[in-house]
Amino acid sequence: MPLSKDEVRHVATLARLGLEEGDEEFYAHQLSGILGHIDRLQQLDTEDIPPTAQVVEVASRLREDEPRPSLTQEEALANAPAAVDGSFRVPAIQEEA
Amino acid sequence: MTSSDLTELGIKEASRLLRLGSISASDLVTAHVERIERLDSHVKAYLRFTPELWEKQADEADRRIRQGDAPPLAGIPLAVKDVLCVRGVETTAGSRILRGFKPPYTGTAVARLFEAGAVMLGVTNCDEFAMGSSTENSGYFPTRNPWDLDRVPGGSSGGSAAAVAAGEAMIALGTDTGGSIRQPAALCGVVGMKPTYGRVSRSGLIAFASSLDQIGPLTRSVDDAAVVLSLMSGLDPLDATSSDRPGMEVLNNFGGGVKGMRLGVPREYYDVKGIEAGVKSAIDAALAVLRIAGAEIVDVSLPHTDYGLAAYYIIAPAECSSNLARFDGVKYGLSEVDAPNITDEYLQTRRKGFGTEVRRRVMLGTYALSSGYYDAYYLKAQKVRTLIKRDFDEAFKHCDAIVSATSPTVAFPIGSKTQDPLSMYLCDVLTLGGNLAGLPGISVPCGTSDGLPVGLQVLGPQWGENVVLRVARAYEEASEVRAEVASVV
Repeated sequence: MPLSKDEVRHVATLARLGLEEGDEEFYAHQLSGILGHIDRLQQLDTEDIPPTAQVVEVASRLREDEPRPSLTQEEALANAPAAVDGSFRVPAIQEEA
Repeated sequence: MTSSDLTELGIKEASRLLRLGSISASDLVTAHVERIERLDSHVKAYLRFTPELWEKQADEADRRIRQGDAPPLAGIPLAVKDVLCVRGVETTAGSRILRGFKPPYTGTAVARLFEAGAVMLGVTNCDEFAMGSSTENSGYFPTRNPWDLDRVPGGSSGGSAAAVAAGEAMIALGTDTGGSIRQPAALCGVVGMKPTYGRVSRSGLIAFASSLDQIGPLTRSVDDAAVVLSLMSGLDPLDATSSDRPGMEVLNNFGGGVKGMRLGVPREYYDVKGIEAGVKSAIDAALAVLRIAGAEIVDVSLPHTDYGLAAYYIIAPAECSSNLARFDGVKYGLSEVDAPNITDEYLQTRRKGFGTEVRRRVMLGTYALSSGYYDAYYLKAQKVRTLIKRDFDEAFKHCDAIVSATSPTVAFPIGSKTQDPLSMYLCDVLTLGGNLAGLPGISVPCGTSDGLPVGLQVLGPQWGENVVLRVARAYEEASEVRAEVASVV
């Protein structure tokens, strides 16, 4: 199933990927080619087949809910592009009232 | 012993010389650093070096050796793929978006090798976020194949494979999501092993596709791969999918040979589309060696092989689109903090930070998970994953291990597949089934085609690392094919 330029724009918005000039056409073409290969999955009858999300059987493990050492606030913020007063700085997401 | 001899050693011989006092850990480091200085401007295996670590760790190794309580990897020079976090060492997953990121902790697999005495030389190049089969998708520069500098080393762990092949490290760590350890090992003529999913903790691994990713060793012998794997395996409370099986079980009956073993050759792998004649004849010769060594070679079938790539290219991109959502310019790495609002900050950061292949896969995965397409793509692919897993379960009823080529082709020229993503994806057609089914697999050198290395892949049932290693070691011994150090220039 070929992907349209509109669909590329929609998917890029969902994925928060900014597009550049010519990207829509480029990715529409390439992703359509890959999806063309992937379409062969539809040939298989999988009506009664359960999906596999986790391939190895691992039992869930629980632990005591006890405080343990963790990163300090300083360590957690050490890689932040912008930090203010012990917090990550981001552009405002709300207008002032 | 000259310094070039020191860069050709394996763990066992190096450890013997270290314990005899004939060489020191510092001598080993110096020999490797000299070789790197001479060759790495050609090979470009490394992204960055860690002199503070290697000095400290080599001194510590020498001290422990003098005291007579040296741990098993004391003084062994190690290269680490740029997706494994090491405290304080810039780790970027081959991506511009993580430039400058210095992890606040060391991942479990690396930490265990450090505890075992390994000496870290540096960080190796890879495809961005481990997405690729040639290391050409690195956000920095392509790595070159030490056997032919105009060709790719494979990928995504191409830097690690090239470093080991060029004698720029004795051992290296890679990660394998669809073949990213085994395929570059094959193309560079070294040994590379992907463990059973859950054998090695993924804590501290920058995630690509969490249900497929595994960390494993690249080395120049099966012995070395087995030792490194055993030391980094085992339960880790920081990874809920890590198994509590003891790491040392991978060595069970390691030297037992293949006499009386049944080795399955899947006809779909043997005659896979696009397999080169030279690769096929190297595999035929390897099968003959295994037969003479006492193995019974039997035909098996993996009937859903033709659907593996399609299922993989839904599942892996879907998982990556979710995992890579964390790169938002807020917590670490590249950031367009001057954007007028938060959405623009995300859009601009991710446009500047991610390369073409990563963007392609994030979009593919987002599409497959998006409203209206989930059942047709993601759910369907997960069901096909079940069929592929069942194929292997059925095959292992008839054989102890599966043998095939690792890659349908030898190393290809740089630039020859970059314009056609599907042709690049097909590099992994013989390896990605092992990831979808969670199996252990190894690639060992099995000769050459037109002067370029060919790899033999051995796949085992889940938790059958010991079987895989036993077959690989028996092949290595019987064939007398050994991973060699490339002279490069």
